[in-house]
Amino acid sequence: MDVLSLARFQYAATTIFHFFFVPLSIGLVLLVSIMETLYVVKKKEVYKSMAQFWGKFFLINFAIGVVTGILQEFQFGMNWSEYSRFMGDVFGAPLAIEALLAFFLESTFIGLWVFGWDRLSKKVHCLCIWLVTAGTTISALWILTANSFMQHPVGFSVEHGRAVMNNFGALLANGQLWVEFPHTVFGSFATGAFVVAGISAVALLKKRNTEFFKKSMKIALTVGLFSSILLTFFGHFQAQYLVKTQPMKMAASEGLWKDSGSPAAWTLSASIDTKNHTNSAEIKIPYLLDYLSYGTFSGNVKGMDTLQSQYVKKYGPGNYIPPVKTTFWSFRVMTVMGGILCLLSIIGVIQLWRNKLTESKWLLRAFVASIAVPYLGSTTGWLMTEIGRQPWTVFGFMKTAASVSPNVSAGELLFSIIVFVSAYTLLGIIMVYLFVQTFKAGPTLNQKDAMESSDPFDGEAYHIVTE
Amino acid sequence: MLLSNLWFLLIAVLFIGFFVLEGYDYGVGMATRFVAHNKDERTVLNQAIGPFWDANEVWMITAGGAMFAAFPNWYATLFSGFYVPLVLMLFLLIGRGTAFEFRIKIPNSKWTATWDWLIFVAGLLAPFLWGVVFSTLVQGLPIDKNMNMHAGFFDIVNGYSVLGGLLITLLCLYHGLVFLTLRVTGDLRNRARTLAKKIFWALAVVALVFIVASYFATDIFARRGTILVPVYLLDVVVLFLSLYFLSKERDGWAIGMNAGVILLTVSSLFIGLFPRVMVSSIKPAYDLTVTNASSGNYSLTVMTIVTICLLPFVLAYTIWSYYAFRKRVTSNDTTGY
Ligand code: HDD
Ligand code: HEM
Ligand code: HEM
Repeated sequence: MDVLSLARFQYAATTIFHFFFVPLSIGLVLLVSIMETLYVVKKKEVYKSMAQFWGKFFLINFAIGVVTGILQEFQFGMNWSEYSRFMGDVFGAPLAIEALLAFFLESTFIGLWVFGWDRLSKKVHCLCIWLVTAGTTISALWILTANSFMQHPVGFSVEHGRAVMNNFGALLANGQLWVEFPHTVFGSFATGAFVVAGISAVALLKKRNTEFFKKSMKIALTVGLFSSILLTFFGHFQAQYLVKTQPMKMAASEGLWKDSGSPAAWTLSASIDTKNHTNSAEIKIPYLLDYLSYGTFSGNVKGMDTLQSQYVKKYGPGNYIPPVKTTFWSFRVMTVMGGILCLLSIIGVIQLWRNKLTESKWLLRAFVASIAVPYLGSTTGWLMTEIGRQPWTVFGFMKTAASVSPNVSAGELLFSIIVFVSAYTLLGIIMVYLFVQTFKAGPTLNQKDAMESSDPFDGEAYHIVTE
Repeated sequence: MLLSNLWFLLIAVLFIGFFVLEGYDYGVGMATRFVAHNKDERTVLNQAIGPFWDANEVWMITAGGAMFAAFPNWYATLFSGFYVPLVLMLFLLIGRGTAFEFRIKIPNSKWTATWDWLIFVAGLLAPFLWGVVFSTLVQGLPIDKNMNMHAGFFDIVNGYSVLGGLLITLLCLYHGLVFLTLRVTGDLRNRARTLAKKIFWALAVVALVFIVASYFATDIFARRGTILVPVYLLDVVVLFLSLYFLSKERDGWAIGMNAGVILLTVSSLFIGLFPRVMVSSIKPAYDLTVTNASSGNYSLTVMTIVTICLLPFVLAYTIWSYYAFRKRVTSNDTTGY
């Protein structure tokens, strides 16, 4: 394989892996914050046990999120040095601000939260976890500011062959950011909610600590309902924005070769022939594509063939059609996952309200299975977003082929791929194993035990004395 | 022009902060083999740095981010040029970062021992790699006219850079040991102090050899001798002061002095570099400098304003967290494992 393909493979693998942990961190820490707030307000020990129990999952997950994140920051320079040279002026600022504003906040207050149970007052301790929540969400905001720039570049000009920032406000006011950030963050909240709901469902099925897990489920489903619905709304806004800014990605994610004509139908499924630019065995839902793209029931959506000739005129000769099948199917999987999340959380909340949740075994089983749903949604969402943007890294300005480091050899890349992929595989296995063990150990419900400090070196009491 | 000089200074400050803070974490990591004798003691040592290490590592992440934003060419050349050392470094950091969290999650001695070895090896090798990278920065690297670095093995690993690696490793070890005298009690504390006094002499010798080697292997004395000679003299004085305070059991002063040693040592490299950020061994015309590697004025202005607004808060809560954890960690009853 050539250097470019290897670099792309490595980038895709490490980023997808990082984003396996990110949404759960963002979502879980919100739930833990809510639980600890309930403890402070209602003064019931069970909420403290809850914050501590789910906090353990959060910490295990967070540890991997952090170490994979460090690699993320390094790899732009390592594998994409031409990109870094060209874009650093604009792209580096959000990353640096993210570190200064979000990562310091997160890491310092996690330290205080973990080691501070018996050292800080209840309210200050609770404030600490909220600051971690703020940190994770702010982190998402700034990294997505950088990513939004790649989707829809604004606030810069090209001088002496390099991008130069000239309007920082525009970077922050980027319309792409304000659909992408809420969509991603609500997706993350939903991830946290469905993981807690799924794990609680396992316990409820096994009839272990029923009260504890029912309460957890209640919090999770409330958060899950809000976030799934908002997630879907913002997904819809993203699609509308996409038609304006990256019509080619939209056409590819619809498998639309020729212009749709008005009114446009949405293709549920199709067999795509990328050679002859045709589809067969299409199943279509009338009007839906218009609604998705414009929020109305009429209008023409441009097809890839039309866009290709427009792009050639604008950007010069080349192939501007991204991998259609990946984009198309990623989009399909993501939207179906969105539907499942909405449906499940609505049913769940209704059953909870009727106090029948613990009775319906099939529903609990569905919640267990649905742990995978938000993960599938996020991964396919990013595949669609990033692969649908190809051949560009920065839409309209820099191509992926021109972004790669010229001085890194295929051998070096192969070496790093082997190192990272094996380390990551191992980490993935360890995390699942630790989740299972943490679940089996169960929450500490005994009042006395609940008083002990809960640090990463948990389960063992350690004492602090002054000299 | 002025702003890119300021950002050069800021990046130096971030790296100094990183070595002063994360330096003791690495040192404590090494001490888990040299000072602690069993799992319980290693737990105490890890708890001594427990609340801090992640935030300390963020100094490095911020330095990287600042480099990317303020000097894209520096970031691109450095990170792609040191590809293999960075892969190794990342691997170590991945293992170490997860080890703190995972090491006693499972009550199994092999499980814990594996993670503990990772903490030790990473504590030993990460500062070594940093030392190698920083000393080759001043020594010069084969950077071509397109700013791309094509280093062979001996460009990165040679006598001078290995010496630099050794220096940073010993500096971190000494720093970590002094840090432990502040954070733990009893036997562990005494052992840390005794070992620190021994390591001190190794450190002093390597530091002196490194300073002399820098005279021959690099051009930093030729360019900045008038500043560097007093800096190094002060460095040696402060280093000996830290030993003095250590033997008087005034540990707070001792660590303060050693933080000064790290500050002066890391500064000397940045002083030697300036106004270059990377030295080309092919041709001085190919050097990366604060001028040809930097971002535009607008971007730097934005970054400067943001930093001025945010840094005070970061420093304030960092200091508060040290205040909150000012008490020592002991192993009184770590029974149960
Ligand atoms: C929990 C995961 C999840 C779920 C269930 C959904 N999404 Fe999504 N989606 C994401 C998680 C996500 C994401 C990972 O957060 C992405 C990747 C990049 C981004 O901005 O958000 C994304 C991207 C993304 C894009 C691409 C934007 C671009 O390329 O600029 C569109 C058009 C949608 N989504 C639309 C939807 C719709 C209509 C959904 C239906 C209900 C939906 N998403 C469910
Ligand atoms: C701020 C966030 C992000 C930035 C700055 C970013 C940047 C980039 C860059 C520079 C590339 C070009 C290299 C290539 O084509 O392989 C790329 C591609 C890619 N990105 Fe992202 N990315 C971000 C977020 C993500 C996330 C979170 C994911 C997935 C979880 C992701 C998945 C991918 C994939 C799969 C490719 C490969 C496309 C291909 O192979 O053709 N990205 N991204
Ligand atoms: C591809 C570009 C990305 C880079 C360079 C990057 C960088 C990093 C770094 C350096 C860390 C470790 C911070 C620490 O030590 O505390 C981290 C963690 C984190 N990142 Fe990323 N990241 C990327 C993608 C993303 C995306 C797309 C999101 C969110 C939408 C995100 C959200 C987070 C969060 C919330 C954390 C906290 C720890 C955790 O993940 O569990 N990152 N990231």
